[in-house]
Amino acid sequence: MDAVTSAPARIILICSGKGGVGKTTLTANLGIALARLGERTVVLDADFGLRNLDLLLGLENRIVYTAQEVLAETCRLDQALVKHKQEPNLALLPAGNPRMLEWLTPEDMQRIVAMVAERADFVLIDCPAGIEDGFKNAAAAAREAIVITTPEVSAVRDADRVIGLLNTRGVTPVQLVLNRVRPRMMASQEMLGVDDVTDILALPLVGLVVEDEQVIVSTNRGEPLTLNGNGSPAAKAYQNIARRLRGEDIPVEDPSKARKGLRARLMNKIRKTTGLF
Amino acid sequence: MTLFDFLQRLLGRQKPSGTMAKERLQLVLAHDRSDLNPELLEQMRREILEVVQRYVEIDIEEGDVSLETEDRVTALVANLPIKRARPLPALVAAAAAVGMAQAPDPEAPQELALPLACEPAEDPSPADPD
Repeated sequence: MDAVTSAPARIILICSGKGGVGKTTLTANLGIALARLGERTVVLDADFGLRNLDLLLGLENRIVYTAQEVLAETCRLDQALVKHKQEPNLALLPAGNPRMLEWLTPEDMQRIVAMVAERADFVLIDCPAGIEDGFKNAAAAAREAIVITTPEVSAVRDADRVIGLLNTRGVTPVQLVLNRVRPRMMASQEMLGVDDVTDILALPLVGLVVEDEQVIVSTNRGEPLTLNGNGSPAAKAYQNIARRLRGEDIPVEDPSKARKGLRARLMNKIRKTTGLF
Repeated sequence: MTLFDFLQRLLGRQKPSGTMAKERLQLVLAHDRSDLNPELLEQMRREILEVVQRYVEIDIEEGDVSLETEDRVTALVANLPIKRARPLPALVAAAAAVGMAQAPDPEAPQELALPLACEPAEDPSPADPD
């Protein structure tokens, strides 16, 4: 990474409100995908109490310094940035050490993000779950945001709270990623549909990720799917999100509507003729 | 979806759970966004009915005050079917009661008209549909 920057960096908060819906997985995969498209990308783990981004990227053994030491001026920024071996355009910066739970303030976050942004095209901030101090710190430096949710009532409700907070903070644009989509359940209306979620949350959809077992395999290995899982549907979805963020016009397809199986067609027929459901 | 669920849906006895999820979410989010819990909404509903009843006779059973949400904008929607307008003396008394105007007509029995006009609202049971 050199210090010459043309356009200002895109500083994107990845948040959800509810825990366990896929924030960190999205951050890791999006980071790799953007880096592979030639963007100098820094992923910042703002969840320093329970940090996991290092683990998903396979960088857990290479962290020596964190943003904390950079701010205290006990090390240089480039010493704290952990470069990914296979994808040198990507670097990880953990916000802090799990043992130090008190140091971070919104001002600290703004300072460190400003430093990182000088040498990056994209800064992705992996936000902690919740809407308390961790969220406020992480959101302090963000210009835009991606809210990730799953088609479940609890996740959508929490996402709504977060969107409200982002709106009052003036973060814009805020875009939506719908994760763990099960097309079959959606087609039989046993799961909130894609349109249901986008209607309720009133956000533009920047990506849709179907439920994919390969995500678990890739986290076990510490190798994000976008690194070499090109065949998997989730990998494709993450790559598409990266390309849409760069301004490419790729339509988001609703996989529950794309199903043209015999049973789906039969069910649709029954639905239309009887008007029952 | 089990066979039993399928039959229930075929017979129109049960909505698909995705539809239920959407309806439940819309309701809970309308409350979340407005910071009104059902209890406060019910209290507000009763007070609105009380005020409206000073001016017109309304059908309490049909009256409905609810929160609706579309595109992240939450609106308070009141649907109150009017049976008939109150007679003029009652209206004047109602206006006086809220300090809007003094009753110009000395013949209007203010003290008598006001309790009459407010009578249905003083009894909370008809205002409670459940």
